[in-house]
Amino acid sequence: MATANETKTSSYRVIGTRPIRHDGVDKVTGRAVYGNDVQLPGLLYGRVLRSPHAHARIRSIDTTKAEKLPGVFAVISSADIDPHESKMAELGEGSVNLQYLCENVLARKKVLYKGHAVAAVAAVNAHVAEEALKLIEVDYDPLHAVTWVLDAMKDDAPILIDDLKTEGAPLPHSKGPTNIAQHIVFSKGDIEKGFAEADVIIEREFKSATVHQGYIEPHVATALWSPDGHLSIWASTQGSFTCRQQTAELLALPVSKVTVTPCEIGGGFGGKIRVYIEPIAALLSKKSGRPVKVLMNRADVFESTGPTPGSFIRVKLGAKRDGRLVAGDAWMAYDAGAYPAGIIGPGCVCVFSCYDLPNARVEGFDVVLNKPQTAAYRAPGSTNAAFACETVIEELAEKLGIDPIEFRLKNAAKEGTRRPDGPAYPVIGLVETLKTAKAHPHYSATLEGPNRGRGVGCGFWMNAGLKSSVTAHVNGDGTVTLVEGSTDIGGTRTSIAMQLAETLGITAEEVVPRVVDTDSVGYTDVTGGSRTTFATGWAAHDAAIDIVKQMSARAAEFWKCSPDEVTFDRGLFSSKSHALTFKELAGKIQETGGTITGRASVEAKGVGATFGTHIVDVEVDPETGKVKILRYTAVQDCGRVIHPSYAEGQIQGGVVQGIGWALNEEYVYDADGRMRNASMLDYRMPTAVDVPTIEPVMVEVPNPRHPYGVRGVGEVPICPPPAAIGAAIYNAIGIRMYELPMSPPKVCQAIINEASAK
Amino acid sequence: MKEIAYAAPRTVADAVAALKQANGNGKAFAGGTDILVQLREGTRNADVLVDLKKIPEMTEIRQLPSGDWQIGAATPCHRIESTVPFAEGYPGIIDGVHIIGGWQIKGRASLGGNLCTSSPAADSIPALIAHHAVVKIVGPDGSREVPVSEFCTGPGKNVLKPAELVASFVIPAMLPNSSGCYLRFIPRSEMDIAVVGCGTTLTVEKDTIKQARIALGAVAPKPVLAEEAAAWLIGKPATIESFEKAGEIARKAATPISDMRGPAEYRTHLVGVLVKRSLMTSLRRLRGERVDVLHDKLV
Repeated sequence: MATANETKTSSYRVIGTRPIRHDGVDKVTGRAVYGNDVQLPGLLYGRVLRSPHAHARIRSIDTTKAEKLPGVFAVISSADIDPHESKMAELGEGSVNLQYLCENVLARKKVLYKGHAVAAVAAVNAHVAEEALKLIEVDYDPLHAVTWVLDAMKDDAPILIDDLKTEGAPLPHSKGPTNIAQHIVFSKGDIEKGFAEADVIIEREFKSATVHQGYIEPHVATALWSPDGHLSIWASTQGSFTCRQQTAELLALPVSKVTVTPCEIGGGFGGKIRVYIEPIAALLSKKSGRPVKVLMNRADVFESTGPTPGSFIRVKLGAKRDGRLVAGDAWMAYDAGAYPAGIIGPGCVCVFSCYDLPNARVEGFDVVLNKPQTAAYRAPGSTNAAFACETVIEELAEKLGIDPIEFRLKNAAKEGTRRPDGPAYPVIGLVETLKTAKAHPHYSATLEGPNRGRGVGCGFWMNAGLKSSVTAHVNGDGTVTLVEGSTDIGGTRTSIAMQLAETLGITAEEVVPRVVDTDSVGYTDVTGGSRTTFATGWAAHDAAIDIVKQMSARAAEFWKCSPDEVTFDRGLFSSKSHALTFKELAGKIQETGGTITGRASVEAKGVGATFGTHIVDVEVDPETGKVKILRYTAVQDCGRVIHPSYAEGQIQGGVVQGIGWALNEEYVYDADGRMRNASMLDYRMPTAVDVPTIEPVMVEVPNPRHPYGVRGVGEVPICPPPAAIGAAIYNAIGIRMYELPMSPPKVCQAIINEASAK
Repeated sequence: MKEIAYAAPRTVADAVAALKQANGNGKAFAGGTDILVQLREGTRNADVLVDLKKIPEMTEIRQLPSGDWQIGAATPCHRIESTVPFAEGYPGIIDGVHIIGGWQIKGRASLGGNLCTSSPAADSIPALIAHHAVVKIVGPDGSREVPVSEFCTGPGKNVLKPAELVASFVIPAMLPNSSGCYLRFIPRSEMDIAVVGCGTTLTVEKDTIKQARIALGAVAPKPVLAEEAAAWLIGKPATIESFEKAGEIARKAATPISDMRGPAEYRTHLVGVLVKRSLMTSLRRLRGERVDVLHDKLV
């Protein structure tokens, strides 16, 4: 698990090393303050009443009895929040329709999924709040529900949103009400001509089940609506400013009247960007005059917060006998969930993103159905797409008799390759990951024993840039306090601090990073899109440059020379006749005009996309269909690696989630559209004993447009596992799986079907 | 969750009296690993909880002069597992006890609790049935004995009458040339509920099967015996082929449902696989091999 920096001499002193994370002691001693640790005087406990139906009209809600229960301070429903028009609000990574967000927070006329919030209670303790929920009388008129994407697209499907209009590319046959929220068409070249030139064409259909991000910490928010009209929120959120923006818009408050403090977070993976309970806590606080904490339980999390889309994908690829791909066609339908969600967009971008296809067409649909509104989940939309495309790539390679990595190398996207959706790639590292995987001992290791097989798969994620701000205060002892707004999910306090330290020529330990509330730092977008080390790190670099400039001026003053004569290199300020270390000069700044604060607000352009190539060995139990992962190697272009341990951790974590998605995770629905397995017990994420040690191999193709060459790291590792595992299953038992999860009953059935076909 | 009264009697008689006084709204519990969770989730209701852990005879495990073993119904699983002579003599029962939960759960969970929850998928029940275990039930009208195979009557249902409790288990002495095994199939490796469970015991003399007993979990409203398959085995050679055939016959005893843990056809299919593998493990064990079913490649 070495990186280039550790094996060859690097010009960097801090970047590429493995300092202990700044928040480590607090985390391992349990002192770190998570959302549920927030305690305020007079705190009330809020609980949410949720729909038992997947689809129903609300005839009436009667809260009278609940309000009379001793210990209850406030009861709210959608009557307590003014309706919003259909209007978009920007969220940084994505945007949100306020009408839909408002109705998702508290259902108005209809409930659109089991678990849809209907009313909420604040009480003296959680037990009283839960008893009060039982006293709220909701009269429902149940409607037919639809939970499979192709069913929801049919003409006679139950319609969820009466006035929904299809956005995007025109749909010629569309008339009347629809569940299709968005229609996307990308095309490049001439696919008919392309397929006509092909010697081999393979077309397959793929299904994937709804899966959840599965963060360990449930959503929790505490709100205090002060009599002066100021609203304070403490939340488990990936983006304090995004939370502020949504809450302020929903409650018709100016953003300056809302302060959001991001607590430590027990995972998000894209699922803690949209607000669910923050506005509810705020309204309960307003009505009760007390601070209110709202905490979800695990069933709430599964049933009411953004899973990622279930999908149906058809992929057709054509190649010449020499192994050159000539055309690709993809038709993709993704769940939107209860409201338009748009994960189909990145799905369409990603499906052919690894390959140089001269002719391609991608058509996609965002389809509303009776499941919770889908949300981002680690490279949203890309994993479904990679499973489909990579499986067809495998079949083509087999049919052409070409080694699967060699086949991919023949067709791999590289600098200048134009994706079907338009953009041409800058410097990217897919070829490097393929070559590294091919040369890795795992790829050539002997795999002995029956029912064992090896598979490979590639994945892509575009990554995000967006806005970040930091301020950095130079302390008299030579340390620097770094104030930032990025929720630290995967060690970003340290990876951002390291970029500041590198620039200033100090150590990572001499930086004191602090993640603060929305009043204490400039606007910063979400920790998401693999953007934080990239963009907030860039801001830290720029703030450090600002500090160097100011300190050079102070040195010039001190040395009575022109600032132009002061040079700075690796922590040393010098002129012809003088020199001071950063620490020495920091000790003198109070004598020369006082505190120095560096600051930067960036809108980071020049994002570097990331690719991964994974190798996996599996063993299939031919009698039960159970798949065991024997060995896993994940090669990834990480750009310049700032902190190898945290980059490795991201890769390993992404692979584990990909394994879960591949093998067992799924929302199981009954005929009435109710989720049957809303618990960690029955949702079946992998446990520690279900996965082997995952070996991350980091290839460094620096992003030339970032000061330190950073690319996002966190998302792409979830994309290749389902396809790679599918390929390994095929190589173990000769059966291709076209449906996720490739769970024991499905693999077993496929084995039985194959045996009876022979 | 509302307020609940808590009683901690020191004798079985006091526990029965406390349950009787609760008039149908009392609930006996030992480790509470099922009950407390169910109360919290609102799937069960009680006004009084009667804690059985403080009753000495209910937390004892001892071998009787007859060679049989008596296990107090509230004895935590970890103590059963770490009672070496019992664990060595009854590896099939330990298979189930061992996977009832992680360390923390096993420090509290008990056989009595697992039985009285009466889940069709309970991990300890099939092996207890295969070993002819009997429970001693105590209630306001005295005590009675019921074979574990007749205890459960449906999902969450059993033969206990109001204010009755399960006080202890008696597990008969093992016959010579005998051993047992419990296997379950789960999609993951741990922390899961059996899709199918299978407890077996086997007695073999000179490679011929003298006795066999097969109990299945999670394939019917309650744990069931596969009697026809077991009867077929008597007199047959102790080979994988015999066990495979027994597995096929045992499928007839399964009447599973489809749910989020697995489709019915798949469960029926698994019965054959697990019966074969469980019997094979019992055979290897009675021949003196130590088999850890969680980590054995052949299992």
